[in-house]
Amino acid sequence: MTETLPGAAIPNPTDEAAINAAVDQAITAIAGAATLDELKAVRLAHSGEKSPLSLANREIGRLPKDQKALAGKLMGASRGKVNKALADRTAVLEAENDARILVEETVDVTAAPRRRRAGARHPLSTLQDRVADIFVGMGWEIAEGPEVESEWFNFDALNFKPDHPAREMQDTFFVEPPEAHLLMRTHTSPVQVRSMLEREVPIYVLCPGKVFRTDELDATHTPVFHQFEGLAIDKNLSMADLRGTLEHFARQMFGEEAQIRLRPNYFPFTEPSAELDIFHPGAKGGPAWIEWGGCGMVNPNVLRAAGIDPDEYSGFAFGMGIERTLMFRNEVGDMRDMIEGDVRFSEHFGMEI
Amino acid sequence: MRIPLSWLREFAAVPAGATAEDVMEDLVKVGFEEEAVHRPTDTLQGPVVVGQVLSLVKEPQTNGKTINWCQVRVVPEGKEQTLTGDGIDPSGVQGIICGAHNFVEGDKVVVTLPGAVLPGDFRISARKTYGHLSAGMIASVRELGIGEDHDGILVLSRIGLDPEVGTDAMELLGLYDQAAEINVTPDRGYAFSIRGVAREYAHATGAAFTDPASRVQAPAELSGGYGVKLNDDAPIYGKPGCDRFVARTVRGVDATKPTPPWMVSRLRLAGIRSISLPVDISNYVMLELGQPTHCYDLDKLSGDIVVRRAAAGEKITTLDGKERTLDAEDLLITDNSGAIGIAGVMGGAATEVGDSTSNILVESAHFDDVSIGRSRRRHKLPSEASKRFERGVDWQVAGIAAQRVVDLLVELAGGTADEAGTDVGTAPDTVTIELPAGFAAARIGIDFTEQQIVTSLEDLGAVVVKHDAGWTVTPPSWRSDLETKEDLTEEIARLVGYDKIPATLPVAPPGRGLTRVQQQRRRLIQALADAGLTEVLSYPFVSKAANDTFGVADEGGARTALKLANPISEEHGYLRTSILPGLIEVAKRNHSRGFRDLALFESGLVFLPEGTVGTAAIPPLGAKPADEVLDALYDGVPNQPFHIAAVLTGHDSPAAASHTPRVWDWADALDVARLAGDVLGVDLVVSQGSHQAFHPGRTARLALRTGETVGYAGELHPKLLAASDMPARSVALELDADALFEAAPDVIVARHISTFPVATQDVALVVPADVPADEVLAALREGAGQLLEDVALFDVYAGKGIEDGKKSLAFGLRFRAADRTLTADEASAARESAVALAAERFGAVQR
Repeated sequence: MTETLPGAAIPNPTDEAAINAAVDQAITAIAGAATLDELKAVRLAHSGEKSPLSLANREIGRLPKDQKALAGKLMGASRGKVNKALADRTAVLEAENDARILVEETVDVTAAPRRRRAGARHPLSTLQDRVADIFVGMGWEIAEGPEVESEWFNFDALNFKPDHPAREMQDTFFVEPPEAHLLMRTHTSPVQVRSMLEREVPIYVLCPGKVFRTDELDATHTPVFHQFEGLAIDKNLSMADLRGTLEHFARQMFGEEAQIRLRPNYFPFTEPSAELDIFHPGAKGGPAWIEWGGCGMVNPNVLRAAGIDPDEYSGFAFGMGIERTLMFRNEVGDMRDMIEGDVRFSEHFGMEI
Repeated sequence: MRIPLSWLREFAAVPAGATAEDVMEDLVKVGFEEEAVHRPTDTLQGPVVVGQVLSLVKEPQTNGKTINWCQVRVVPEGKEQTLTGDGIDPSGVQGIICGAHNFVEGDKVVVTLPGAVLPGDFRISARKTYGHLSAGMIASVRELGIGEDHDGILVLSRIGLDPEVGTDAMELLGLYDQAAEINVTPDRGYAFSIRGVAREYAHATGAAFTDPASRVQAPAELSGGYGVKLNDDAPIYGKPGCDRFVARTVRGVDATKPTPPWMVSRLRLAGIRSISLPVDISNYVMLELGQPTHCYDLDKLSGDIVVRRAAAGEKITTLDGKERTLDAEDLLITDNSGAIGIAGVMGGAATEVGDSTSNILVESAHFDDVSIGRSRRRHKLPSEASKRFERGVDWQVAGIAAQRVVDLLVELAGGTADEAGTDVGTAPDTVTIELPAGFAAARIGIDFTEQQIVTSLEDLGAVVVKHDAGWTVTPPSWRSDLETKEDLTEEIARLVGYDKIPATLPVAPPGRGLTRVQQQRRRLIQALADAGLTEVLSYPFVSKAANDTFGVADEGGARTALKLANPISEEHGYLRTSILPGLIEVAKRNHSRGFRDLALFESGLVFLPEGTVGTAAIPPLGAKPADEVLDALYDGVPNQPFHIAAVLTGHDSPAAASHTPRVWDWADALDVARLAGDVLGVDLVVSQGSHQAFHPGRTARLALRTGETVGYAGELHPKLLAASDMPARSVALELDADALFEAAPDVIVARHISTFPVATQDVALVVPADVPADEVLAALREGAGQLLEDVALFDVYAGKGIEDGKKSLAFGLRFRAADRTLTADEASAARESAVALAAERFGAVQR
């Protein structure tokens, strides 16, 4: 580092060679400064008040008039060179310094902690929303009802004869006392009855919800499960309309290639009745038709129970299990995973389905 | 219903190579679901042949057992053994060790030769044992998979067989046959028979069909037989319990004769065990024609048979040996001795056919479905007979079935049939159905041709008469399920094929989208999930104690709750009045699986009965009840509000490098509850609460501005946590979400956003320790007036410098005016007036 020593010779501002030498000396020192601190010292020595060039500049005043212009020009240019070199070097060193700080601040991003819990929806709940959205998109409305229901809404209004075996096949939970005729609904069909009683025709409603049967919990059964049932009542509805609706829904749910199949079946509340199968190309053990739900044309006795004239209106209804849908759509192998509440099950799905 | 293919082939032209799977695939098209395949050859493979025991040497063993070293001829004498393979003796005589002792030299037996495979993947090979090379096995019925008897080997003479040595025993025992098991829906009683299924098979495939009933030659009329009276003095729904009773007599039968193997095999494939020849014949005819029949030992009957309702308290011992007390509604078969059978359900023990029976009275009757169903349920006696009667049996087939039983008894049991017989009763009224032209087409969406309609119905056995406006249809006697034009429409569509139904998409009228409550519910659930909680589901079945603890705020309170009449477990016999008990169970389960940091929530209905529960009567089906009856039905359904609840336990986040997770505490529970309020736009008022399930000092009562309590949040009671094995300091909340939805504002009115600068002022107030911070804050808000934009509590301090029994609350106040920049004086004046109100209400002193 070059310090101007006290008593060192002050270059003559008219001595171009001496001034140039001072400039060269300054530029060499500037270029040699490796840090901003070093540069600060260099600046003091070569551009500070006591630097040779500053001192030489001060001498201009004492020069004879005719030499002042020439010396001024020389000194101006020389000091300009040094200042520019200082500015340039400062910019370079500052940039280097900034970059170094950023490098020093490097962290291991792979070691970042999770400070926020990721929550999750239960897939049965998100799947229910998804189904509802498809039907809402078709102009249908979502209808709901109570889970503890009057026997009339659950059975009689749906044309289950009091002594018919079909009634027993529903494996019903009854609520005490028996003479109050209350039960846990065995399907969401009572909501269909309520909809017919409470709304004006035409009716297009989807009834999702929890239903109850006295099955012990195992890999494929649960006493509490979820259904969605659809009901359409209008003039001149036919089984072709039922098929079209189910086909549209299946394609929204499973993609454009989805195929459905109707097979004859029996339900007290529909006539004709059908079992609905869906083709599952990815089923374990090879492509297969999978039972998805039941459907049919609303039995005239059901319309009568709701005060709708079966000669004027017809309707169709269908019902599927949400658990069952989730099982084959998302390959859930064991019913118990859905109901035990193990956080791993919900969290794996996150907010999606 | 299981359908042995050999039996089906007797009446329908099933292709020679068709398997049970093929038959099920055809039947599914007409509405019979596939259940299972029963095929002995899936687990049993030959060579399995008839052998004759030439010699038998008893060899006692050191272990105390005696084994038989047998020489068994498996090829007819003089013929060559054509089978080859390890262990097959070319001489046609196999040396076999046998441990059973129920046979002697000369007996014909079933020999499983080396190379055979028996059920259980039991492979037969020649092996050295007890000092001999045993090349094969003499089989018992159990080893062959055709029975349970394992007391000894199967001696063919004892089942009435004397086949040639070397005969394929699998063929002999019907083991190449197979059965298709299908599910029959409860409306199709006729399909609980080979007769019904063969007809359906013909519908599905177009195969030729012969009605088994048509092959039976029954006399047109019967008279002079056993005395039978139908005396139903209490018909149900006006229908007589018995409207036909055919009785036939066969004398001189040998009831001990073995049932022929073809019949045993078909019964076995159909799922029915062979009992004795008369019983087997009765069952066989039931399976073939769908008509249950019963054989009485004629010599044990006394006097006329009378079909009547039971006297209350009357008793009978049924065939299963149990004494049963009868109900006045039970329909009985009786004689002079009293009840000899519960009609259509089960016969009595006293008149049962046994080995000594030589004269048999055959009953073939038609009973009312409702009456039979009630008796079956009452006595918990499901039987093959009751199953069929409940679902409808062909009135016309009773005489034919009786004749078929008689014919088989004569043919197989060596009896002689009486000419005389009994046939009493009245045929039900003929049902005719009007099918208007165009109805089926409109309902199905297929433009059916006249031929399709008429052919389909006639194929079913219906009589179809055309007229100007459509057709008059008389369904066949075996289709009591066909009552309406819709029923006929299904039959037409079914026979033409559901696969022919086209797809059209009906357009619903413009809808309203999700309702407000539906949207609120979604928003609430999503908000909790977004806040980091995990949604789970639990069952609504809880114990009484759980309801009493979580359902009521007051200590020692008891909750009015709904009880199930038939719960899965008595312990969880009640319906939940709170979501928390189930949620705590879920938390415990996760805990036991190693997940200790949890934030769980569940939403759903809780059951809060009050006032009238249910209705005493249920209106009839097929008609709209009167308004007041409907109102009563609606009113009787208990209140079931939608709740949301959460349990937080452990830490708020996983521990990690340079991160210390926080332990969930009471404030987190309150925070989640407030979040629920926030997302719905409902201002929740928090106050110090008291609820027996919660920590007495760390419970917040949550209320609406109206004062209505909508839930609780805080730390669960330490005793409760300890008792339910939950970590200490676990916190929870539950809210009546329906109440929140209702309280949410309809339309939120926008507020003016002032762009003038904010003036902030802090104030620290010393108040008595028991004054709730929220109330001081409310006083400040009120006292500060219009200029106050916001006020927040930022510090609570007690201790050095603060008098005992007091605490210091520090609040930050933000002031802003809508129309000007506030001066420092204006802001200070507003703050002073805020402090003044707090001082007035709580004696607050500014520090």
